[in-house]
Amino acid sequence: MQHEASIREPLILGNKSYHQATEDICRPVEGKANKYWWAAFIISVCTMLWGMGAIAYTIGTGIGTWGLNKTVGWAWDITNFVWWIGIGHAGTLISAILLLFRQKWRLSINRSAEAMTIFAVMCAGLFPIIHMGRPWLGYWVLPLPNQFGSLWVNFNSPLLWDVFAISTYFSVSLVFWYLGLIPDLATIRDRANGLRKKIYSILSFGWKGSAKDWSRYEEVSLILAGLSTPLVLSVHTIVSMDFATSLVPGWHTTIFPPYFVAGAIFSGFAMVLTLMLIARKVLNLEDYITVQHVELMNKIIILTGSIVGIAYITEFFMAWYSQVKYEQYAFINRAFGPYFWAYWAMMTCNVITPQLFWFKKIRTSLTATFIISIFVNIGMWFERFVIIVTSLHRDYLPSSWTMYSPTWVEIGIYLGTIGLFFTLFLLFARVFPVIALSELKTILKPTSAPKKEHHG
Amino acid sequence: MDKKVIKGVFADGDMLKEAVQELNEKGITIRNVYSPFPIHGIDKLLGIKPTRLSIAAFIYGATGTSMALLMMWFMMVSDWPMNIGGKPNFTLLQNLPAFIPITFEITVLFAAHGMVITFLLVSKILPGATAYVSHPRVTDDKLVIEVEMNQSDSHEQAAQIMKLHGAEEVLA
Repeated sequence: MQHEASIREPLILGNKSYHQATEDICRPVEGKANKYWWAAFIISVCTMLWGMGAIAYTIGTGIGTWGLNKTVGWAWDITNFVWWIGIGHAGTLISAILLLFRQKWRLSINRSAEAMTIFAVMCAGLFPIIHMGRPWLGYWVLPLPNQFGSLWVNFNSPLLWDVFAISTYFSVSLVFWYLGLIPDLATIRDRANGLRKKIYSILSFGWKGSAKDWSRYEEVSLILAGLSTPLVLSVHTIVSMDFATSLVPGWHTTIFPPYFVAGAIFSGFAMVLTLMLIARKVLNLEDYITVQHVELMNKIIILTGSIVGIAYITEFFMAWYSQVKYEQYAFINRAFGPYFWAYWAMMTCNVITPQLFWFKKIRTSLTATFIISIFVNIGMWFERFVIIVTSLHRDYLPSSWTMYSPTWVEIGIYLGTIGLFFTLFLLFARVFPVIALSELKTILKPTSAPKKEHHG
Repeated sequence: MDKKVIKGVFADGDMLKEAVQELNEKGITIRNVYSPFPIHGIDKLLGIKPTRLSIAAFIYGATGTSMALLMMWFMMVSDWPMNIGGKPNFTLLQNLPAFIPITFEITVLFAAHGMVITFLLVSKILPGATAYVSHPRVTDDKLVIEVEMNQSDSHEQAAQIMKLHGAEEVLA
């Protein structure tokens, strides 16, 4: 039993009964899509197709279609990869870490945030595969003895750690998400008829909701949350090691793992907010995703945004304090070199804008939150661009110094992944319940039993 | 079948628990309880033992740890040792720091998937399984107690207890 202070604001508005909640949350799945959905879907699919064209062109012609050169051998692809992976982290944070901390407010947003994780990791995974140039040889990253001699993959390389980290992260997140969906799919199954019932019967794995099932189910959810928590932290740690274990000035720093993890959560929450603010409107879920939820997420944005801000300043301080000329130059070049605009865009979007959330008026305003969340998304993209391109384009050998700018192909692929992400998310919103219904019911008070004092 | 089943349909978990408690006291066998969401504290009343899935997860995880170390030892140390960047691969202990990330990932991979697969198998929650739906709204807003009794017994007492504790209907 759980005590709840009576002055605490309810998480779900409108005094919903269990049945009303079922109705509200199943409606987007059972009803017809409205014109906003179709408009968004068509735009997303077109963008995705454009990206697929750009990918086909890259694979057909070669990586030479991108703006890379001898000095800058990694740019938009790895920027987009890290950006997408980072966005994915919020979903796991909400569903796993907030579960361990018993934060009940996660229940309105965890399902869609986890879906976001899965789609974001899919978008992220595309980039390293495309950048291989010959993606049909992608299986070479697996520890298989290949036919060219028994040469194994290099387990000392952070790039290989990434392969294991991301595939583990993707598969475990997918299982965690689907396990949560099973009881809710059963709800849709029991309300449906005909073909729909058949499909949801298969999808819901014959869930019956007996006491024993629930007892095991809750244990499994808890252990999965316990496993996902260090997993999500390890994933971005390993992503940051792709850079930190190199000797490139600006990358070779020990602050990277915590700084990347904070940045990932920061950008992920911004994306959750961007999506949720649209979804609650379009799917009529205003009673379930309330201003209170938005405010709580904004508080996490202040925290992680401030950690990121301190990390930027610490990097600068350490460059000066280390007295290493190359490190110092890398940072001076970041702020005042030819890519200064990217650096200051990052500083403005990531360090200054989230501080506006200290004002209660701003963090409870949905319009302001939406705008700031877009700023953070942009800022976090620039962060990765700044780290990657400004560190590479001028390193130890001034004769190789050069500039980098993307071609339409790279831009096309990036936009294409955004299209893919939204296409998948829109389909998700029509096929699966966007709110974890069975879990949400544990925080609803049934109308027939309004006896709060009864709880021991 | 010489047993008959009586279903009590409830709208609230706390009421259901009180009914279960009294049915227990009267020595009436409860076959099962179905609900659209977990009812906390029902396991003890029904005598459901704590699940051992977490122990299973630990064993799967430990298997993962050893498999990962064995794999990397075989590939990098035993089968084809290489000197990469001046860092030779001659013993597992020397290389252990570089092996930690993958060891961790494989541990999680084994523990998570092993546990979930075990859960689905032991609970018979599998694609294609036909669901036993105790009440049409048991996945929506109704909670059901299924009481089991002999064909000859009168179900009056069980029905009365369930009604007393707020059962909306009792289906014999």
